[in-house]
Amino acid sequence: MYNREQGINEALIPKLGVVTDIRVDTPDVKTFRVNALDGGVCFKHIPGQCAMLSIPGVGEAMFSITSSPTNTEYMEFSIKKCGCLTEWLHHMDVGQQITIRGPYGNGFPVDTEFKGRDLLFIAGGIGLAPLRSVINYVRHYRGNYGHIDIVYGSRSKEDLVDYEEIMNEWSKEQDTNVYLTIDREQPGWDGHVGFVPNYVKELNFDTNKTVIICGPPIMIKFTLAGLQELGFEKTQVYTTMELKMKCGIGKCGRCNIGSKYVCKDGPVFRCDQLDELPNEY
Amino acid sequence: MYKIPVNHLTQLFSLISGDRALYAPIEKNGQVRFGRWSESEKVSLDKLNTIRSAKDFFFPQSENLVAFKTEGKKITIIENRDDSEAFILFGVRACDAASFDILDRVFLSEPVDTYYKARRDNGIVITLACSEPEETCFCNVFGIDAANPAGDIATWIVDDMLYWKAVTAKGDAFTETVKGLIEKAGSFENLFEAAGSPEEEKLKKYKENVKKIMDSLPLHDLSLEGFNGEALNDKFNSPKWKDLSEACLGCGTCTFVCPTCQCYDIRDYDTGHGIQRFRCWDSCMYSDFTKMAHGNPRTSQLERFRQRFMHKLIYFPANNDGVYSCVGCGRCIAGCPVSMNIVKVVKAMGVDKNV
Repeated sequence: MYNREQGINEALIPKLGVVTDIRVDTPDVKTFRVNALDGGVCFKHIPGQCAMLSIPGVGEAMFSITSSPTNTEYMEFSIKKCGCLTEWLHHMDVGQQITIRGPYGNGFPVDTEFKGRDLLFIAGGIGLAPLRSVINYVRHYRGNYGHIDIVYGSRSKEDLVDYEEIMNEWSKEQDTNVYLTIDREQPGWDGHVGFVPNYVKELNFDTNKTVIICGPPIMIKFTLAGLQELGFEKTQVYTTMELKMKCGIGKCGRCNIGSKYVCKDGPVFRCDQLDELPNEY
Repeated sequence: MYKIPVNHLTQLFSLISGDRALYAPIEKNGQVRFGRWSESEKVSLDKLNTIRSAKDFFFPQSENLVAFKTEGKKITIIENRDDSEAFILFGVRACDAASFDILDRVFLSEPVDTYYKARRDNGIVITLACSEPEETCFCNVFGIDAANPAGDIATWIVDDMLYWKAVTAKGDAFTETVKGLIEKAGSFENLFEAAGSPEEEKLKKYKENVKKIMDSLPLHDLSLEGFNGEALNDKFNSPKWKDLSEACLGCGTCTFVCPTCQCYDIRDYDTGHGIQRFRCWDSCMYSDFTKMAHGNPRTSQLERFRQRFMHKLIYFPANNDGVYSCVGCGRCIAGCPVSMNIVKVVKAMGVDKNV
C-alpha cells in the first residue's frame, strides 16, 4: 500500500521561489533573479539545464536557467515576452512568489567534452540566455578552457540581452574575444552590422574549436551551413532545443523529436545527433 | 485454483464490495463501461471491449495534482491528491491488462509518477479471459494470449463456472481475504471451492478453443516486421503518410479509447477559493498539442497523425526493448469515424511495401 507518511517526492509538485530582482534587458526581455524562500538557489543545476516556472492560475512553462551554477546566491532567468505566462511575468514586481521545479534536461558537457577546448559561442537574440550560463561557468573555471570567442547578434543595440555584462565583464575576460552585431545600422552604433551567419563566416574562425550555438531556428540553420563551409564538422557543434513541454520528465509526450524527448534526452544536442532524428523541430 | 458458480457471482461481488470499492464492466443503455459495482448494476461478462479502456483507473481522464492559494504576492502550495482509494478492478481483458505493463514503463520509470504509482499500488486487477475474441481483435500480434490474461488474479468462465487463479503475491493475498470474507459470512455454500485436475483439463480445452478462434480472425497474422527503431527515418519520411492521414479529422477518439495512449496536459483553473492544478488526457492528434509561443513543429494533420503511429510502432519500441505501444484491443478500429487505424497503417507501411 502506498505510504503517505513517508513523504512524497513528486516531480510535478513545484517548490516556491521569490523574485528578488528584475532587470530590464531589452524592450521585450527581462532578467528575473529568483531565490528560494529561505535564500540561496532553489536547486543545483548544470549549465544548459532548464526549470519549470509558473504562476498558479496563469500557466507553467520551461525556461533555461541563465545564471551559472557557480552562482550560489541566486538563479536568473532571462525571459522574452511572447505569450500569456511571459506577459504576466513581465508585469510582476520584486517580492512576487512563483513556483519552480527542476532542474530538467542534460545540460552542456562543460566538465567533459568542453574541457581544455577553445570555445566559440554563437547566439542570436534571446538565444543568449542558455549560453550565458555556460559562458559564466567557463569564466569561473577559466583555466580549464582554451581561447573563448563569443559572437552575439540581435535586431538592434537595444535588443542585445546582457549588454552591460558583455561590455563590462566578458569583453575584459582574459583570452576572450567578443563580437557583437546588429541587423541594421542605427545611430550610436559603430560596431558590426549584419546577420550572425554572415558575420561568423566573415570572422573566418579556425576550425580547432568546439561551437555552442543558440538562437532562432533559421539563424542556427544558416550559421551551421556557414560553419561547415569554414570546415567545421557537425560533431564539433552543440545546440539547445526548445519544444512545447508540460511535465519536464519525459512522460507527457509532447516534446519528442523522434524517439528523443527534448526535456529529458536534451535540450542539448550535438548537431550530428540531431541529424539522426526526424526533421520535426 | 478456485471455482465459483457464475450465478453466485453477485454474492461474491457483494462480499468483496463490502471490503473495498469494486469496479466492473457495467452494462447500461446498451453500452458497457467500467463502473462502481452495486447490486442494482448489471455486470457484463460477455462484452470484450468496454467503451473506454481500463487505464482510467490508474491514469484517470483528469486528476488533481496540487492546489495553490494566492494572496497578494504570496503563494501557498496545498496538497490535495485524490489517489488513495483502495479498489478491485474486475473483468479486465488480456489486452487491457497488458496495457498496464506499457503504462508502467512510462509512469514507473525514474522519476516515478507517484500519482500513477499510488493507484497501481492501491488497485487489485482481476482479469477475465476472452472466450470468443472478435474480428477487431489482434492482441496475439503483440504476444498477448486472450485466454491467459495477466493481472493479479486471472479468471475464466467455462460452462457457468468461473475459475479463479491468483497470479501475483497481491492476488494470493486477496484470494485469502476473499476466503476470509466468505468464512465470516458463513452462509454461502459452494461459493468458493478449490478446483482440481478435472477443472484444469476443462480449462485446457477452453484455451485451445480460444486459440482456434483467434487463429481464424482476420487480423491474427498482421506482421510487424520492419517496425523498429532502425527504420525510424525511412518510415518517418515515407510518402504514404499523406494518403493515410488525408481522412483524419483530428478528433482524438483513437487516443481517448486507446489503453496505451498516455500523453497528458497540465492545467490550472480558478475554483473560486484557490487554484487547482490538474492533469488530464491530451492527444497528439490535436493542433495545439505542440503549439508554443514561438511556433509549432507539427502544423498539419499529416504530422500529427504520423506522430501517433510513429510513437506506437517505432519510437516507443526504440526506447523500450522493442515493446510496441499497442495491445491489439481493436477499440480504435471500432471507434474511428473515418475508419482509419493502426492496422491499416501497419499494412500500408510494412516490409515489402516499398516504404
